[in-house]
Amino acid sequence: MTNVVIVGGGPAGVRAASILVEAGLKPILVNEARQVGGQGYRMPAKSLALDLKVLMGSEAGKYRRLHSLFASLEKRIDYRPATLVWGVHDKVLHTLCDGVAGTIPYDALILTTGATDRIMPLPNWTLPGVFTLGGAQVILKDQGCLIGSRIVFLGSSPLLLLAALQYHKSGASIAAVVDTTPFSAKRAAMRDLAASSRTLARGIMYRAALHWAGIPIIDGATPLAIDGKDYVEGVRIRDGRGRERLIPCDAVAYGYGLKPETQLAELAGARFRFDPTFRLWLPETDADGRAGADLYLAGDSAAIGGADAAEASGALAAHALLADFGRPQPETELVRLRRQVGRLRRFQKGLARAFAWPVEQVAALTDETIACRCEAVTVGEIRGAVRAPLGPREVNRVKAITRCGMGRCQGRFCGPALQEIVAGACGAPIAEVGRLRTQAPVKPIPLHAAAELEP
Amino acid sequence: MTTKTKIVIVGGGLIGTWTALLLAKRGLDVILIEKGIVGAQSSGVNFGNLRLQGRHPGQYPLSLRSQALWENIDELIGDRCEFERTGHLYVAMNDAEQAKLEQYARVSESHGLVIERIDREELRRRWPWVGESPQAATYSARDATANPRLVSVAVARAAQRLNAEVLERTCVTQVHQTGAGFTVMTDTGCVIDCDAVVNSAGAWALTVAEAFGETAPMFAAGPPQFVTEPLPYRIAPSVQAVDGSAIFRQVPRGNVIFAGYPRTAADPVLNRAPVPPVKTLNGMRNLMTIAPFLKSAQVIRVWSGIEGYLPDMLPVIGESETTPGLYHAFGFCGHGFQVGPGVAAVLVDLIVEGRTDTPINIFSIARFKDAVQVSDKLAREFDGPAVAGSRAG
Repeated sequence: MTNVVIVGGGPAGVRAASILVEAGLKPILVNEARQVGGQGYRMPAKSLALDLKVLMGSEAGKYRRLHSLFASLEKRIDYRPATLVWGVHDKVLHTLCDGVAGTIPYDALILTTGATDRIMPLPNWTLPGVFTLGGAQVILKDQGCLIGSRIVFLGSSPLLLLAALQYHKSGASIAAVVDTTPFSAKRAAMRDLAASSRTLARGIMYRAALHWAGIPIIDGATPLAIDGKDYVEGVRIRDGRGRERLIPCDAVAYGYGLKPETQLAELAGARFRFDPTFRLWLPETDADGRAGADLYLAGDSAAIGGADAAEASGALAAHALLADFGRPQPETELVRLRRQVGRLRRFQKGLARAFAWPVEQVAALTDETIACRCEAVTVGEIRGAVRAPLGPREVNRVKAITRCGMGRCQGRFCGPALQEIVAGACGAPIAEVGRLRTQAPVKPIPLHAAAELEP
Repeated sequence: MTTKTKIVIVGGGLIGTWTALLLAKRGLDVILIEKGIVGAQSSGVNFGNLRLQGRHPGQYPLSLRSQALWENIDELIGDRCEFERTGHLYVAMNDAEQAKLEQYARVSESHGLVIERIDREELRRRWPWVGESPQAATYSARDATANPRLVSVAVARAAQRLNAEVLERTCVTQVHQTGAGFTVMTDTGCVIDCDAVVNSAGAWALTVAEAFGETAPMFAAGPPQFVTEPLPYRIAPSVQAVDGSAIFRQVPRGNVIFAGYPRTAADPVLNRAPVPPVKTLNGMRNLMTIAPFLKSAQVIRVWSGIEGYLPDMLPVIGESETTPGLYHAFGFCGHGFQVGPGVAAVLVDLIVEGRTDTPINIFSIARFKDAVQVSDKLAREFDGPAVAGSRAG
């Protein structure tokens, strides 16, 4: 076995690397960020002297363990930080580092590309001052900045409470936490959530801490619009009792949980299936993360599971890879890891019900609402295209006709909403309208990246 | 269920939809059958060039007839497809290429086109963004562009409004002669009796041709293309390097669209035409050579399509050699967009009048009965293996 490459420096990637190193290999670990840790265990700039207890809370210990694990590995792997993988073709990764294009051939590939925010359009959601929930956390953890001085946390996500608490502890004033899922749905999801009592307890603790801090938590609200002319001035909602309210604020952190970043998996040959719980297309893998010949997926990019599941699934993928290359792996350890990953991912399915993707908001979206922020395509344009004679009923065709998903982000952010809008407009089940296909580059690359390459 | 119609068109790309529209305008009953979605294959994903400069000399009457239809498209279909008379700038990097441009220009002029010869100085003066490497150019103001993503669907809709029937997601499973006409059967259970069949099934057209005992050495390939993020609008004409290493244009909303040879492999069976990243990088470098100011522009998306190619780089257009009433129009070798409407007009001539004034003899399928001519473009515009690659269906 020569070239084993791991893409992603979060808990899944680092853990996979450690298993491979223990087996005597020297994997290449390609990380888009400068530092490992992924999004969750992101390492703040040392000069900021941020309080890790505030940023990581109960997870500070795990944060330290992951970073010290990596410190022990760094000399024993081929680490490529600040390197974007923008394409995969014929078992070669195409990279961009310091503005220069490069290639990394591989014999086996472990993708741990993580997840990103899942967004539902809302009138004025593109106003300056509106941040995705994950983005708001990154700004705080990476730069020690706050997105505003009076903030509404809006959407439905287990991260909503956590992020609000982090911001509160960092000195921001929290105008409200507005969760669109009714509390009754959370109670109904308890049985699945009990699969990880520790995580559940943490969620309850966050809620209590916010409550004690006097921060209003509004459950079961319907967001109506972001208010403001040139900048966010407030959030308009209808609360659970049907009253319309305006919550003044100067920033909004908005999100509906996470969606796996599966672009590289698709380019590397993974197949996809529709998952009705998440209402997303997820890559098909076996229990250990095998997604195709010499292709392994782990962490949130395979299925949302959180940091602990990422670590365990990273280890599993590395074990699977070693086994496939003829090195028998310890069965008891595999069984333990599979059980752990299974339990944590079941827990996430419970969370997906407790913090629901707001399907019912889609029909209520006004035609003027922007769905695709890169290309400024409105919900009405999408509906109009679908309903026209010979109108498209499949999202890639809708993209071709309307430009929705054709811009800088290539549908990474508008894709899930586009599926819902198209399904709604043509009255088809969402699984039948398809998913946006990936093409390289998965993120934009400048022309000059090719300048120094031999033709 | 059995339906009767005058003409069945197999393939809902640019040619099929235009043929349906022009037949419907003559008041003829027509059913257009498309295996997938109208305009979703190469008709919908090509570069969108309506180039008149540098075409095959035998193609000019057809091209000019086609351009006249393009120039009138808004009125013909009652819709807009971003048709713009952008002009076309053909740039030469060396003396040999400049000589070639001169040859092209003379052919164009003999067909009445106005071609401007541009020297290095004038090139920089009129298009200041052009880099140092081009030494000369020719410019044709009548050349144009349109948005391929929109055209075929809009044309099909216009045909529908004139009572043409459009069947999407419908595969033709059998076509056979019955008496003086044809019976067409589909996987959706339709049985259609008709007088004439148009085979405009693109890279998939051999199936129909071979059902009637004739064929062509068609293979599939695609143009590697990419697009940049939107940038301030600066490049008005469609620009092309003589060697085909860079073909680009900027749309008014700001994106720069790029295509460049060598072409890429395409698989008509799996319906995939992936763009190898190496080709994207090559294209990025070639684009920077002609337009250095784009060096910081970000490439956001690549794509290709599945086009049918023939070794002499000419399409098959005309009535079948074996079967009267069957008309072929396929294998457009990556330059079908401009001639599409004209080809449709010729097909309508043949179907309705039994003859056409537009010379099309060189496009006959009969030419493949003799030793096949091989265009020198085959060596220049393809990677070696791509040519031998996938046989079109």
